[in-house]
Amino acid sequence: MLFLFWENIILALNGLRSNIMRTLLTMLGIIIGIASVIAIMTVGDSINGTVTSSMESIGANNITVSVSRVESEDEEITSTGRNFGSFSRNASMSDDDYITDEMIAEFRSEYTDSIQGIFLSESVGSGTAEDGDLSSSVTITGVNSDYLENEELTIVAGRTFTDRDQEESRKVVFVADDLVDTMFGGQYFDAIGEVIDVFIKNRYYQYTIIGVYEYEESSSIAATSDSTELPTTVYLPLYAAREETRSTTGFSSFTVATATGVDSTEFCDTIEAFFNNNYYRNNEDFEISTSSMESMLSSLTEMVSTISMAIAVIAGISLLVGGIGVMNIMLVSITERTREIGTRKALGATNSSIRTQFIVESIVICIIGGIIGILLGIGIAAIATNVLGFAVQPSINGIILSVTFSVFIGVFFGYYPANKAAKLNPIEALRYE
Amino acid sequence: METTSMIHLDNIVKRFYEHQENELEILHGISLDINEGEFVSIVGESGSGKTTLMNIIGILDRPTEGTYILDGISIADAKDKELSHIRNQKIGFVFQTYNLISRTTALKNVELPMLYAGVPQKERRERAEHFLEMVGMKDRMTHKPDELSGGQKQRVAIARALSNNPSIILADEPTGALDSETGRTIMDIFHKLNYEQGKTIVLITHSKELAEETGRIVTIQDGRIVSERVK
Ligand SMILES: Nc1ncnc2c1ncn2[C@@H]1O[C@H](COP(=O)(O)OP(=O)(O)O)[C@@H](O)[C@H]1O
Ligand SMILES: [Mg+2]
Repeated sequence: MLFLFWENIILALNGLRSNIMRTLLTMLGIIIGIASVIAIMTVGDSINGTVTSSMESIGANNITVSVSRVESEDEEITSTGRNFGSFSRNASMSDDDYITDEMIAEFRSEYTDSIQGIFLSESVGSGTAEDGDLSSSVTITGVNSDYLENEELTIVAGRTFTDRDQEESRKVVFVADDLVDTMFGGQYFDAIGEVIDVFIKNRYYQYTIIGVYEYEESSSIAATSDSTELPTTVYLPLYAAREETRSTTGFSSFTVATATGVDSTEFCDTIEAFFNNNYYRNNEDFEISTSSMESMLSSLTEMVSTISMAIAVIAGISLLVGGIGVMNIMLVSITERTREIGTRKALGATNSSIRTQFIVESIVICIIGGIIGILLGIGIAAIATNVLGFAVQPSINGIILSVTFSVFIGVFFGYYPANKAAKLNPIEALRYE
Repeated sequence: METTSMIHLDNIVKRFYEHQENELEILHGISLDINEGEFVSIVGESGSGKTTLMNIIGILDRPTEGTYILDGISIADAKDKELSHIRNQKIGFVFQTYNLISRTTALKNVELPMLYAGVPQKERRERAEHFLEMVGMKDRMTHKPDELSGGQKQRVAIARALSNNPSIILADEPTGALDSETGRTIMDIFHKLNYEQGKTIVLITHSKELAEETGRIVTIQDGRIVSERVK
């Protein structure tokens, strides 16, 4: 009976072609429904894909701990301090408001098992390393040992900082191989022990190179800027950097990486409770707030899924309306073709072959509507993701789901009319005017 | 009951709206035997029950009472699916209004009964072309019905009726909508089918002259056979 199926498809296409306008109007509900499904799934997949990959490069288990202003009651919008807007406003912070080394040390010893590392950094600034005519653009960042370890750099020559480098705030630096290529003609071992001059904001800084690491372009940066112009990072011991910037206060923020198996969203609460109960209880203006990649991600996905739900409801309704539209047009078409059905029966069509003919026709309408909907949905998603600044990823699951769903709608809403056609009494059908 | 005739009707009664207030008895006990290879015409006034009888012969409808044995098969005992199969294989219908499927070509129309019979595409096409050639319509086979004249449509319909090589042709006023000249060519085709291929033909007609050309004339009046004349 397979060839009968194929003949039915051709027959259905012929029939639909002879009434294009009506067919398109019939399909409208299906088109809108499927387009909505595809658009939201594609946008969702694209956001997830982009966010997840950038999450991975940043580290999903990182928690940013920062000093933030206490929100006054009437200003408070969300109950948790852990939201997108919780950046510290340290414009009027006094020395007492900062996070001190002692607090961090205390915190570290209290939660040793939950913490993989505490990353502290101090940016000295961006400028150029110079040696006669040769120059290379750099950014100087002071880092603690956990921070440097977490960067997972490959050492090409020399070494990283020792504890004594850190404790004594030595003016030693760990530089990129790219910088050595430019400044020392790629002689990595010869560069060790050399002194480089770095010019930042009208001032020269002098540092001794103790190690060279393999420079890797970070994918997110590489995608956005011209890679040849990128500055390389020159790492300096944390307190050496703080001396350069004359930072006498504590830190306004730091990053905690949780150990594996620790729920970082839960740990955020622990951190806030620890700092706020122990150190900020009497501080009327400032408190500690946290934000984790995971919580940002979950509120983002929550937002996406809320929108998805709303669109899914719209899609569901239009698919239902579309399905009923298909059923209606099938009933009309069967009435119009009553004599044809009678003739077919006279020529030997069985009830089931009549039923198949009309179900196939209904499926064909729905699949064509579905395909138009898929194309339209991808188009809408491409525009939406472009506006949001993500890369489009057509949702394969969405496409498979849509086609399957179209077939399902075709069968579901086509069955009743088709069955009605199949059960027509042949003589009544032939007498029909 | 043993019978050797192709069509054996015994005391056929047909009622519409049975057990309802507007119950209507159209055929009041028709008995008729038609042998293989016969060319029989049925005549009678409009509304006398000719088409109703033809629908029963063509097993598009079941009699309310009576026995119908078609080529040895008792129709009363057959299931719907078997009836479809018998219609497809043993019977070729020709209607007054042609009843071609308008969205598709003459060729596809002729292929239709073979499609339901499960004949493969290639053979379907060959046989359809053969029968279209026989009725002189091969050169117009890619045309759709609305591009053909009445006589041409009826010739396509005859080719369609022949496509599964049925032994019986049932024609209900096939020339009723045609002028006499075109009707003549259609009649000639029936004679040829009867004479050369031995098809059993039952023809309903209004035309006395055309009825006179057939082997037997059965006259129906108010649902009863009132005369039978063998030529
Ligand atoms: N399916 C039906 N339902 C009700 N009445 C019918 C039906 N078929 C035929 N009739 C009636 O039966 C009578 C005979 O009809 P028909 O067999 O078509 O006559 P003929 O073909 O001789 O002109 C008519 O009065 C017609 O209205
Ligand atoms: Mg009639």
